[in-house]
Amino acid sequence: MKGAVMRDLIRDRWLYFMLAPGIAYFIIFKYVPMYGITMAFQDYQPYLGFFDSPWVGFKHFERFFGEPQFWMLFRNTAILALYNLIFFFPLPIVLALMLNEVRSSFYKRFVQTLVYIPHFVSWVVVVGIFYMLFTTENGLINEFLFQLTGKKIAFLQDPEWFRSMIVTQSIWKEVGWGTIIFLAALAGVDLQLYEAARMDGAGRWRQLWHITLPAIKSTIVILLILRLGNFLDSGFEQIFLMLNPTTRDVGEVFDTYVYVKGLTQAQYSYSAAVGLFKSVVGLVLVVSANWLAKRFGEEGVY
Amino acid sequence: MKQDKTIGNRLFDIINNSLLLFVALACSLPFIYVVAVSFTSPAQVAQGGIILFPKEWSLSAYRYIFSTDTLMRSMMVSIYITVVGTFINLVFTSLMAYPLAKRHLRGRRTIMMGVLFTMLFGGGLIPTYFVVKALHLTDTLWSLMIPTAISAFNLIVLKNFFQQIPDGLEDSAKIDGCNDLGVLIRIVLPLSLPAMATFGLFYAVGHWNQFFNAILYINDNTKWPIQVLLREIVILASGRIGDTNIDDAEIQPLTIRMAVIVFATLPILVVYPFLQKHFAKGAMLGSVKG
Repeated sequence: MKGAVMRDLIRDRWLYFMLAPGIAYFIIFKYVPMYGITMAFQDYQPYLGFFDSPWVGFKHFERFFGEPQFWMLFRNTAILALYNLIFFFPLPIVLALMLNEVRSSFYKRFVQTLVYIPHFVSWVVVVGIFYMLFTTENGLINEFLFQLTGKKIAFLQDPEWFRSMIVTQSIWKEVGWGTIIFLAALAGVDLQLYEAARMDGAGRWRQLWHITLPAIKSTIVILLILRLGNFLDSGFEQIFLMLNPTTRDVGEVFDTYVYVKGLTQAQYSYSAAVGLFKSVVGLVLVVSANWLAKRFGEEGVY
Repeated sequence: MKQDKTIGNRLFDIINNSLLLFVALACSLPFIYVVAVSFTSPAQVAQGGIILFPKEWSLSAYRYIFSTDTLMRSMMVSIYITVVGTFINLVFTSLMAYPLAKRHLRGRRTIMMGVLFTMLFGGGLIPTYFVVKALHLTDTLWSLMIPTAISAFNLIVLKNFFQQIPDGLEDSAKIDGCNDLGVLIRIVLPLSLPAMATFGLFYAVGHWNQFFNAILYINDNTKWPIQVLLREIVILASGRIGDTNIDDAEIQPLTIRMAVIVFATLPILVVYPFLQKHFAKGAMLGSVKG
């Protein structure tokens, strides 16, 4: 038995040799940081490292849960996530259904080409373009508003507008790209089903309701689970770029707070504790969303 | 799909197609606006109004950009990390995906579980930062390439792709005296060119758009990639690029900002049409569960 293992190992030595760099990568850059989470329970000293810094137990967590900021961060993160779920999530589905109804394949490809483009530009460019369009100093939208109403709106500074801007940007950047997965699911629908439905006198709305939507139901569920699992990830780069002193009260989320406290104010252990709190809640969300999906007879993600 | 040509159906098509046209324009017009303004003369921009096509053309914004060292240097940094970084990504990812595609490999399941787990849970920003720092990668361009060498998601998709390649091909190469590495390089990779092109594109776009890691790991502003500089100029609206002031009488800050955006986006927009066919397929490849 032991001989057989050895023989396999020797036979596959090249394969193991090829695996080595990848395994090293995952250990160093994924698993060592996981061990590094211990710093959330320490008073981390950079010169002592993860292993030798003094332990302090739950001190940093107690401080975090006691701060008024905790509820602000919680509220901001949850509201942004909810906005994204309600306003952003359904749109790629709607767009994919609309594209699916287009009969000219040329026109379909034309629309697809244009709506995919924003996905490929960076958040810096997206936010930059929004700044150029919405700023009160010669921004295109505000010029337009001014000519219509004689007033300008400080879209970028006004806390009232912050969340709408964030969601609008997400929609603009990703709605087209989001259709791909639904279009793939739609491409797999048997055309005979439509034929049969038409024979039975179903119009386009009926076909949509009874054939197309059921066909993509499981894809919708899987993506919904993924989104619920990442509920707390509210697009770090985007929010980081959009935040300014006037919008901090509505815009600061867990991720940006970790960055500010940890790297600009050097409160390493404290911000690692905040980060850990977020990761654990995230993990619980993924696992329970997946469990829920299986309960409802869907496949789940893993 | 042949449909009856009833009035209701035609109306449906007209409304549907016009709505789609509106969405398509909403996604592309902002880019046209940015490009148009970047080519418009400072005088016309100063007058205000809406520009979708420049009446008075001018290259002054671009002339200004090219006259500064800072922007060209950032551009070179971005090109460097995109080319070298993508190469590292493809080598690391395919080297690891290939053995994992072999069902007979001992320990395969354990390694896969280890990879999957990193998709669910991570050490987070601060501990990762300290690992990168401890390895003395901070303030080097390696910090933008090595810590992102493998994307777990791409690895799994590529592994599934490799599994579809018939074993017979590989066996015959082995009989001819190839070892596993030789099989990967001479047989498997050439067969996977479309997949590699897709992953290459995704990784390359990631590197080109890289912003946050650079903010985290790089303090030395001579090593800033273009996105970081872009943020300085466009979003923080600092009136200067490097040592030169933008607020020169001859130049409009607005056109400069637009030109920098164009510059930072151009490579993607140039490559995009060539790869569009592939990436749609590649993204579907990724969406199929395995």
